[in-house]
Amino acid sequence: MAATPSATLPSTFLPCPGFRESCRTLNWRTHKKQLVRKAGAVKVRAKFELEPPPYPMNALEPHMSRTTFEYHWGKHHRAYVDNLNKQIVGTELDDLTLEDIILVTYNRGDLLPPFNNAAQAWNHQFFWESMKPGGGGKPSGELLELINRDFGSFEAFVKEFKTAAATQFGSGWAWLAYKANRLDVGNASNPHPSDEDKKLVIVKTANAVNPLVWDYSPLLTIDVWEHAYHLDFRSRRAEYISIFMEKLVSWEAVSSRLEAAKAQAAEREKEEERKRREEEEEYQAGDEVREMYVESTDSEAE
Amino acid sequence: MALRTIITKRTLAGALGFRQQHRSVQTFSLPDLPYDYGALEPAITGEIMQLHHQKHHQTYITNYNKALEQLHEAITKGDTPTVAKLQSAIKFNGGGHINHSVFWKNLAPVRDGGGEPPKGSLGSAIDIHFGSIEAVIQNMNAEGAALQGSGWVWLGMDKELKRLVIEITSNQDPLVIKGPNLVPLLGIDVWEHAYYLQYKNVKPDYLKNIWKVMNWKYASEVYEKECR
Repeated sequence: MAATPSATLPSTFLPCPGFRESCRTLNWRTHKKQLVRKAGAVKVRAKFELEPPPYPMNALEPHMSRTTFEYHWGKHHRAYVDNLNKQIVGTELDDLTLEDIILVTYNRGDLLPPFNNAAQAWNHQFFWESMKPGGGGKPSGELLELINRDFGSFEAFVKEFKTAAATQFGSGWAWLAYKANRLDVGNASNPHPSDEDKKLVIVKTANAVNPLVWDYSPLLTIDVWEHAYHLDFRSRRAEYISIFMEKLVSWEAVSSRLEAAKAQAAEREKEEERKRREEEEEYQAGDEVREMYVESTDSEAE
Repeated sequence: MALRTIITKRTLAGALGFRQQHRSVQTFSLPDLPYDYGALEPAITGEIMQLHHQKHHQTYITNYNKALEQLHEAITKGDTPTVAKLQSAIKFNGGGHINHSVFWKNLAPVRDGGGEPPKGSLGSAIDIHFGSIEAVIQNMNAEGAALQGSGWVWLGMDKELKRLVIEITSNQDPLVIKGPNLVPLLGIDVWEHAYYLQYKNVKPDYLKNIWKVMNWKYASEVYEKECR
């Protein structure tokens, strides 16, 4: 992976307005100007940092070894973060959050060079936080309710998740994600959303791709790149996946992510409703103006 | 008269689905390595070679055979959805079998000529197309290092155009995916399982060292055969 900072990226890949809510609000140039104004002459932006996992590196033994962490976190994850920083310095991506960099460089599937590092940096952080010492067991509360609703049972969910992880050919990830009132077409918005539309889904992705690019809210992931399990399990990916489910998953993390996802979905719905009302009011106001205009023309004609 | 009867009978039998001879699916088996597991050390450890051969390659073969069996059944039943569904498993596992079968042959212990640059027509072709062996190595290593995820780097030849190419394929896609006339001369497996136990995340070191056991003799043989 080239370490040289890329030239300023053309803004032609700025997503079209209306493509996706989050990108609609993304206006780099405005954002950049604001930053410059705030910080004065010198615009300082903190580089992305490699955060340690939320537990010591030997805390997941014997299920995931310290040695694996030394390489997986200490080398692979670190390299993604370092290389990303090098790639975006001095470019328009430099001001953005990690999520926004991912969305922009995904570029509707025509990946731009920083995508791999950005997405992998995000994916790995999400992965460490998906696990905990003494993990596994079963979820509870609302998460379990939704799992039962959308998969039939917890066992059925586990089976489907394991299958997804096992059948991702090559490198990639398997995900549990929350899909908020969207139709099953990636860029369509359901005009009549109901609570049933808000679903849990299992998806698998290749290489660095994650469900953020489809506007899903990721809840849980397992890394099925070989480097994630090769030192501990050699070629036995199925065993690694089982151990992950039985001993490592932090259902607390998944539950709190679900809460956040639902809150975000509710916020968005409110925002969309507000905008709809605004547009209606504007249109109605426009009607009044037109009526007035017609009346005045009549009176002039007299 | 009798002849006509025989022909009719056979056709009828076929139409009713009775098969006089069971057209069984060919099953594939793990080819032997042409050298001991430890013979490529220190470039590639015996541990990796054994795991790679006995576990990974074998799994591709096992799953390929299974998929072929299922495909055969689906075709016989006219079960098109299943036929379509099996394509990715066939491409992946069949490709894995093809690629690794070539790979074992395009590596050789140093004592058997591993690492020795090609002479003859392949050597000349390389000089003409790429300038030098070093250029080929540099190019392939750059491609291999840049490959995100799993895949292969190939030195291949277009047997119609009689031209050398350097290509990458992702996952277990065989070289022929990149062009129907492409024949692999040398392949480098850049899946992590090919080097991780020894080189960990330092893929470039693996790429540098594998050339010490590259079997250019095999590449030359294939090249000369396709050139005829």
